Amino acid sequence: MTQSIPDNNVETELAARVAQAVANGTALQIVGGGSKSFYGNPVDAEMFEVGMHTGVIDYDPAELVITLRAGCNLDQVEALLAEKNQMLGFEPLHLGEDATIGGAIASGLAGPRRAYAGGVRDFLLGVKILSGRGEILNFGGRVIKNVAGFDVSRLMAGALGTLGIILEASLRVIPRFESELTLGFEHSSAAAHIHWINQLGSKPLPLSASCWYQGRSYIRLSGSQQGVDSAAERLGGTQDEDIWKQLREQKHHFFNTAEKILRLSVPPAREDLFSSESQLIEWCGAQRWLTGDFDIAEIRQKIESIDGTVCVYRGVDPGIQLFHPLNDAMLALHRSLKSSFDPAGILNPGRLYSEF
Amino acid sequence: MMSRSRQQELAQLFRRFLAQESVIDAPTSLAAYECDGLSVYRQTPLLVVLPETIEQVQQVVRICNDRGVPVVSRGAGTSLSGGAMPHKDGIVLSLAKMNRILKLDVLSRTAVVEPGIRNLAVSEAAKPLGLYYAPDPSSQIACSIGGNVAENAGGVHCLKYGLTLHNVLGVKLVTANGELLTLDQQSMQSQGFDLLALMIGSEGMLAIVVEVTLKLLPIPECARVVMGVFDSVERAGESVADIIAQGIIPAGVEMMDNPAIRAAEDFVHAGYPVEAEAILICELDGTEEEVESQISRVVTILKAAGATETRLARDEAERLLFWSGRKAAFPAVGRLSPDYYCIDGTIPRKALGTVLREIRRLSEQYKLRIANVFHAGDGNLHPLILYDANNPGELEKTEEIGSKILQLCIKQGGTITGEHGVGIEKLGEMCIQFSDQERNQFHAIRQAFDPECILNPGKAIPTLARCAEHKAMHVHEGKLPFPELERF
Repeated sequence: MTQSIPDNNVETELAARVAQAVANGTALQIVGGGSKSFYGNPVDAEMFEVGMHTGVIDYDPAELVITLRAGCNLDQVEALLAEKNQMLGFEPLHLGEDATIGGAIASGLAGPRRAYAGGVRDFLLGVKILSGRGEILNFGGRVIKNVAGFDVSRLMAGALGTLGIILEASLRVIPRFESELTLGFEHSSAAAHIHWINQLGSKPLPLSASCWYQGRSYIRLSGSQQGVDSAAERLGGTQDEDIWKQLREQKHHFFNTAEKILRLSVPPAREDLFSSESQLIEWCGAQRWLTGDFDIAEIRQKIESIDGTVCVYRGVDPGIQLFHPLNDAMLALHRSLKSSFDPAGILNPGRLYSEF
Repeated sequence: MMSRSRQQELAQLFRRFLAQESVIDAPTSLAAYECDGLSVYRQTPLLVVLPETIEQVQQVVRICNDRGVPVVSRGAGTSLSGGAMPHKDGIVLSLAKMNRILKLDVLSRTAVVEPGIRNLAVSEAAKPLGLYYAPDPSSQIACSIGGNVAENAGGVHCLKYGLTLHNVLGVKLVTANGELLTLDQQSMQSQGFDLLALMIGSEGMLAIVVEVTLKLLPIPECARVVMGVFDSVERAGESVADIIAQGIIPAGVEMMDNPAIRAAEDFVHAGYPVEAEAILICELDGTEEEVESQISRVVTILKAAGATETRLARDEAERLLFWSGRKAAFPAVGRLSPDYYCIDGTIPRKALGTVLREIRRLSEQYKLRIANVFHAGDGNLHPLILYDANNPGELEKTEEIGSKILQLCIKQGGTITGEHGVGIEKLGEMCIQFSDQERNQFHAIRQAFDPECILNPGKAIPTLARCAEHKAMHVHEGKLPFPELERF
């Protein structure tokens, strides 16, 4: 029996507190479960806890949609879906047992399935938010196909609370797979892995995750028993351990380091520029992790040559932006968009980019 | 006339960098642009321009922005909501000449295309590589990728493969001040806000799309179709829930009601059972093994759900035949009546019975026939109202039914548009689905991108004044407010 999700609607109280903050010009640091506080620049503002706003508003498995208050505990949400043989398609990062669904959306952090199933934004159908004006606003809805109005709900995914406090969200869910299997292959270089895994992508195979680390490629197949078995037969390789949860939770020993951890985001098939470094590659080559001591400005310039960006995921030095800086035109647009939601700049100021 | 001198002044400016034939100002030629797929609304634009390069688009937009001239961008003009209807004081910026495939990359499974390319042309070009572009709106033979981005176009395979949103990896945009921006998510990470998601479905009101990077998928090894025949639409609807509850996500699940079945059968002779109340066409794709195991499960589920008959397409020819009736449903219905009006609402699937009963009631009340086709997997309903525009008042009656159906969709927890967009058609219903504050937020977003509001003004997001008017005019239980006043 799973622990049921408490029904605790504190929307009115939260709205009143934001209204007061607007009136007083008090900046707020939004906190759900606190599991992802490292992700983003430091925010110097009053703590604003939203994790107590919990409850399942609607869940009908046959509709493939769940509507939740944002404070719902992520473990509990996943357990609820598992009871109906369903799951969140983007394999969200928990990074702590207090992780909330609101935090998973605001951070936009998706797991190993990202390259094949989609990210947080791809599964987000609607939100209710508290804007920086203290208004309660609904965007999107509870249906899969919906093009009424601008797609504001998906804008919330990865915005780190800088555009609005997520109160509720509707997410598309997917059925769990009948069968999953991990296979291992030898590939001595990152370059060889990147080429191989992208070639596999052109074949109709039930791939659901990939990883390369220290000369070994891992892939996960997900689907019907017959589909997975026949793909495994075609691919060869050796059956390997299920590394995906430890990878998702960054408990893999690659992440156990005192050095900086950088997340490189590049178009998946682009070349490897770091063959001599300690590197772990996910998402069909699109997400590449590096550890070591780097000159951030230098590495950012280098990665731009392959249309990528660098996030200083762990160990960011003071004065350095955690996320890859925006160019002037994009920064101007971000600022005006931010002020359209939060004219006084009270929601998580500086967390995404120090300029707003 | 003011507009004549304005027109010539602008035409002269554009002809400095555009070919003579790429600036259209002759009234007879302008007439071709006065409407899109929603042909009941027409407006002649001041001018039409057809740039061929990104730089030319930038120049056009800068000139218009400096002078406050509205710019309506247009792809193939197949919008069903009037999204590309011209503005009387503005220009139409047609992207039809920017229609090349710039790059097809098999390793990264992407196509970089200009916005004017036809949707189907992308899949045709990718076919030799074993790849295709998944979103397949019914108009895919004609509609453009740029238009698909503007409307977040869907199709019959959305449940499994997603909307345009899920299949576009990047865009290049020209903003209202003529700046070129690149939004690239090939890395599956957005840099800052997810502006790509915001841009898709923004109906040409935030920026002009001048290049698109599309995700291509491997062509499935195998696709099979089963048809379920039902003596009640409710039971057909429930069978879809049963399939999904079994963990099966079909590539497509389409439903047609009796009037739609009859119309399609008369037109294409697909062998549809004309006595049935509803048919369900369910397609499964994937590897041979996967499809084989799932299709037999689906047949069992359909029978258990009360299907009076199930038919498995024996070969590819029969699979295409099963689809032909559904794909031709609109023109088929069009043969029954001088005019038809297509509605596009989405509902949670469980509300299907309630909504169809109410649609039947409206059909009887207004004495207009309605055929229903339904993207049953994702709850997207397309009632087709048959009318004759030559009968005075019939279009108005049709629009009234349409509005009532959309309001019903909202009431059932759905939405006023699943895939056709708001355009000018559903401005009134936007006043109902969203609050003043929500619509103000939309306007504020628009201002952030386009401070002078030159891009497709008057579409998609109604002004507060318009909504106030809509509410005042709203017919309540057959009575207009102030019935003693004359109205024209």
